[in-house]
Amino acid sequence: MLTKKQICDFEYLAVKIRADAVMMTNLQHSGHVGSSLSMADLLVVLFEKVLNVAPKNPKGPNRDRFILSKGHAAAGLYSIMAEKGFFPKDWLETYYCDNGKLCGHISHHVPGVEFSTGSLGHGLPVTVGMALDGKRKGKKHRVFCLMSDGDCNEGSTWEAIMLAAQHKLDNLVAIVDYNKVQALGFSKDVINLEPFAEKMNLFGWAVKEIDGHNFEQILDSLSIIPFVKGKPSFLIAHTVKGKGISCMENTVASHYKCVADDKLEDAYKELGV
Amino acid sequence: MRSVFNKTLLEIAKKDKRINMVLADIGYGEIEPFAQAFPDRFINVGVAEQNMTGVACGIAMEGNIAITYSIANFPTLRCLEQIRNDVCYHNVNVKIVIIGGGLAYGALGVSHQSTEDLAIMRALPDMVVVAPADFVEAEAATYAMIEHQGPVYYRCGYKKEPPLHQGRIDFKFGKGLIAKEGKDITLIGTGTITYHAYQAAELLKKQGINARVVSMHTVKPIDKDLIIDCAKNTGGIVTVEEHQITGGLGGAVAEVLSEAGVSIPFKRIGLQDSYVHIVGSHDWLLDKFGFSPENIAKTAKGLIK
Ligand SMILES: [Mg+2]
Repeated sequence: MLTKKQICDFEYLAVKIRADAVMMTNLQHSGHVGSSLSMADLLVVLFEKVLNVAPKNPKGPNRDRFILSKGHAAAGLYSIMAEKGFFPKDWLETYYCDNGKLCGHISHHVPGVEFSTGSLGHGLPVTVGMALDGKRKGKKHRVFCLMSDGDCNEGSTWEAIMLAAQHKLDNLVAIVDYNKVQALGFSKDVINLEPFAEKMNLFGWAVKEIDGHNFEQILDSLSIIPFVKGKPSFLIAHTVKGKGISCMENTVASHYKCVADDKLEDAYKELGV
Repeated sequence: MRSVFNKTLLEIAKKDKRINMVLADIGYGEIEPFAQAFPDRFINVGVAEQNMTGVACGIAMEGNIAITYSIANFPTLRCLEQIRNDVCYHNVNVKIVIIGGGLAYGALGVSHQSTEDLAIMRALPDMVVVAPADFVEAEAATYAMIEHQGPVYYRCGYKKEPPLHQGRIDFKFGKGLIAKEGKDITLIGTGTITYHAYQAAELLKKQGINARVVSMHTVKPIDKDLIIDCAKNTGGIVTVEEHQITGGLGGAVAEVLSEAGVSIPFKRIGLQDSYVHIVGSHDWLLDKFGFSPENIAKTAKGLIK
C-alpha cells in the first residue's frame, strides 16, 4: 500500500516527466512526445520503488539491468534519470540540439543508460542474453525490458519471447507500455496483439495485466518478481498514448509530433505546472 | 579449416572462461565438443539469427566474449541491424564467425553463397574483417580474434584447404603476409582463394614472371604500407577474392592506391556484380567465374605488358 504522501510524490514526479517531455520535444520540434507521456507513471514506480540502481555508481555489478526498447521515448526516461541524479538536469535542455548531450533516441553514451535503442525489436533479445548470463552465474539482480506495442510487431521480439520461456528466465521482466497506438495507426488495426495476455501465457510467460497509470497496481504487480517461479514475467500495462495532454491523448499524431508552440501554455496548465 | 577453428576455440575456451558460443541451430558435427565441455557457456537459440546476435550482445555486455557462428550469410545479413546497432555501436565483444565464405557451398545455391559479406562487414565502424587463407592462419586468427577487444568478423573455410605458408607465420590483424616473394607483379588474395593466387604465381614462374603473393587475411583494417610497397616494388597488383568485385578486398586496395596517388596497372578478380545462376561444385564454379590459377596468371600477365 502506498501512503497518500507517496502517491502525492509519485504524481509530482509523473507530472515532471510529462512536462519535461513536452519541453524537450518542443525544443527542436522533434517527435514521439506521446510515447513518453504514456510510460511516465511506469517510470516513476520503476525508478522510485522497483529498480535497484545507483545514480552515483551506474555500472555497479549488482545493479538491476533496465533497457528501454522503445528508444524513441527517450525524453521521458532522460527526465527521470536526471531527476534521480544520473546526470545534470540542465542536460535536458540540450535534447536534440546541436552539440547537445541527449539525442532523440536513448543512448548508452549517457551515464546510467544500459543500452542504446531506436529501432524496435532490439531490446528484448539483449535482455535475454543478460538474463541468461545472470542466471548461469547465480546472480541476484533482475533484468527489465520496457517495450512498446509496436515492439511486439517485430519478429526478433518473438524470437526472444520463445527463448526466454525455453530457458525459464525468471530473472527477466518485460513490461509493455500498451498504449494501443503505433506509427501508422491503432495497433488493433495494424497488428492486433489481442488476446495478448492469453497469447503470452501460451508462450510460457507468467502474465499480469494492469492499468499502467495506477501507481498502486504498478507497484503491486512488480513487488514480487518473478510472477511465477521458473517463468519470465510479462507485465501488460494498459496505458493511453499522450496521457495527460488532451490534444495528444490517444492520437496517432502524438507519435510524430511535439506540443506546438501555441499549445505549450495550455499543455503545462493541464499538467498543473 | 572449420575443424581447425573449432579445435582452437575449444583450447582457448578451456583457459578463458569468458568465451560463450551462441548458435542458431547450425554447426552439426563441429560444435558438439564445445557444447559438451561448456554447457553453461553454450546456447542454441533456435533458428533465429536476429535473436542470436542480440542475445550474444547481452551476454558480451556482461563481461564475456560471445561468438555467433553459422554458415555463409546466416549470421550476417539477416541480423545486420543487430550487428550494427547492438554490437558495433556499443563496441562489444561479439565475434561473428561464418563457415564457408564465397562459393564454398557451391551447389547448395545462392542462399548459401556469401559473396557480399566482406564489403558489408567492412562498412561497419569498429568491425575487424578477417579471412584466413589456410590452417595456420585460421589458428592464429582465432587467437587474435579472442585477444582483440571489440567486434570481429571471421570468414572461415569449410573443408581441407591446402597450406599456403611453409612453416611459422607472424600473424597480426592488419598486417598482410607475403606467402611468396616476387618483383614483377603482386597477387593479393584474401581467404582460402589466396591459394589459387599462389598456384598462379607458380604458373607465372614457368613463364619467367616472378610474382609476389600476399595473403591479405585482414581486409579491415587493411595493410596500407604493404599495398604501397607492392605497388612501388612490383609495379602492378591483381586482387583475388571470392566475393563481388565491389567493396571487398579489391575495393579496399584500390582505395589505398588512389588516395596514396599511386598509379599502377591494377585488376580485381572476383564475381562481376552477378549472382551465380548456374549449378555446380565449389571448384567447378571457381573455374567458371575466373578463379582458376590459369586465369589469374593470364590476368597478371596481361597487366605486365
Ligand atoms: Mg504504442
